[in-house]
Amino acid sequence: MRRLLACAAALLLLPACSPGPHMVVVFAASSLNGSFTQLGAEFEASHPGVRVMFSFDGSATLVDQLAQGAPADVFAAADRDTMERASSAGTMTPTPARFASNELTLIVPVGNPSGITGLDASLEGTKLVVCADGVPCGSATAKLANHLGVTLHPVSEETKVTDVRAKVETGQADAGIVYRTDAMASPSKLTAIPIAGAGQAANEYLIGLTSHAHAPGPATEFITLVTGSRGQDVLRAAGFGR
Amino acid sequence: MTRPALPRWLAVPATAAAVFLAVPLLAMLARVPWGRLPALLASPAARDALGLSLATCLLSTVLSLVVGLPLALVLARGRGRWAVVGRTLATIPMVLPPVVAGLALLVALGRRSWIGGWLGSVGLDLAFTTAAVVVAQTFVAMPYLVVSVEGALRTAQDDYAVVAAGLGASPTTVLRRVTLPLIAPAIASGSALAFARALGEFGATLTFAGSLQGVTRTLPLEIYLQREADTDTAIALSVVLIGLAAVLVAGTARFAHPQGAAA
Repeated sequence: MRRLLACAAALLLLPACSPGPHMVVVFAASSLNGSFTQLGAEFEASHPGVRVMFSFDGSATLVDQLAQGAPADVFAAADRDTMERASSAGTMTPTPARFASNELTLIVPVGNPSGITGLDASLEGTKLVVCADGVPCGSATAKLANHLGVTLHPVSEETKVTDVRAKVETGQADAGIVYRTDAMASPSKLTAIPIAGAGQAANEYLIGLTSHAHAPGPATEFITLVTGSRGQDVLRAAGFGR
Repeated sequence: MTRPALPRWLAVPATAAAVFLAVPLLAMLARVPWGRLPALLASPAARDALGLSLATCLLSTVLSLVVGLPLALVLARGRGRWAVVGRTLATIPMVLPPVVAGLALLVALGRRSWIGGWLGSVGLDLAFTTAAVVVAQTFVAMPYLVVSVEGALRTAQDDYAVVAAGLGASPTTVLRRVTLPLIAPAIASGSALAFARALGEFGATLTFAGSLQGVTRTLPLEIYLQREADTDTAIALSVVLIGLAAVLVAGTARFAHPQGAAA
């Protein structure tokens, strides 16, 4: 009984995973899930003995976790503001690199049952879902609407861009505004309607080494892979811009 | 009558459990920007969220009472296989992960579902309405009322009801004058639990009802959103939620053990 208790106590003290020089922990914005997972597998193949672990979530959530001392080596954010928040919290090494951009697009359920043509009168009487202002995709949406001089009347403002996509995929909403990469990730359920001028409100993706990285060597090599030509090819194929 | 003493070593794990449960709450209280609290809570977004939460939770609790109480009465009389099936069905929403509850509601009542399509055709589209919030809350909260009341009914003595019926009281009179007064404390505590659960409802609301200020963005959804943008407001609202939950749970304990400290 005593030994059992000692074992249980030891288990409690063990961290779920102990980062070390052979493990690169990458915190990345949700929209990077597909591209980074692919690049991580390629990185592991070319670096025997090194493991790449990912945590994909909303950029702001990841910044909070980093500020609380989460053991990440690399952080990739979906907009400049969020990366600046991480930097001012002292969690990043200087000058994160810009490695991609993403622009917004209108999505509708496949086949466009409501006959929506764009951010125009065709949206009247339909259920439009967008991201809430304050999260990266919502800030980008507000910026774009302002740039185009249109007022949106959404029925819901979601905290995550994937929640917007899910509501259009399931037909709960008639239209949504998401990143181009989100629209491309689900072609069988969604039709994308490009928004003219969306490039003016594109958001930038930045990647950098954290200030408390456990494996700065391999982590820097992973960043080089993302910013290099192979990484750029993968990101472009997923719909990211330069 | 004094009870036999507990073994002394029990104090160690018991203290560990109490500390484990209390520390996160105390840590949060320590982070609260108390000076700015009134200003943070006075923002239109915070007031809308609080008002919407209280209104929808009240409605879901009333709905839970109106149909959940009869369900508990029927289940408590049930015997055999069908009673087990009914009791299991009534309890499952309690243990469902919130997102699963939301998905289930979406599949059952979403715009593309059979019921949702029919509701839409008669002009009662639930999608992204306050009614959808109440549906989500009632779905997860009603089981708490049903389980509390059913448990009380099963342990309650039938003698008074039998005597009343023997004296010629109709079933409705027996229910109204004998059974319900006997289990009144359980109804009250079950309602308080249901209200508290509805107040904390998050995943099903987000999945099924969406999130729009003043329409579907209840307190937990507002906290989830503010956590991304303004941590101080998120913490301030969390304190309100914890306070409300504490009042409800303490009230429940009083109903469940009316003799209080004398026990």
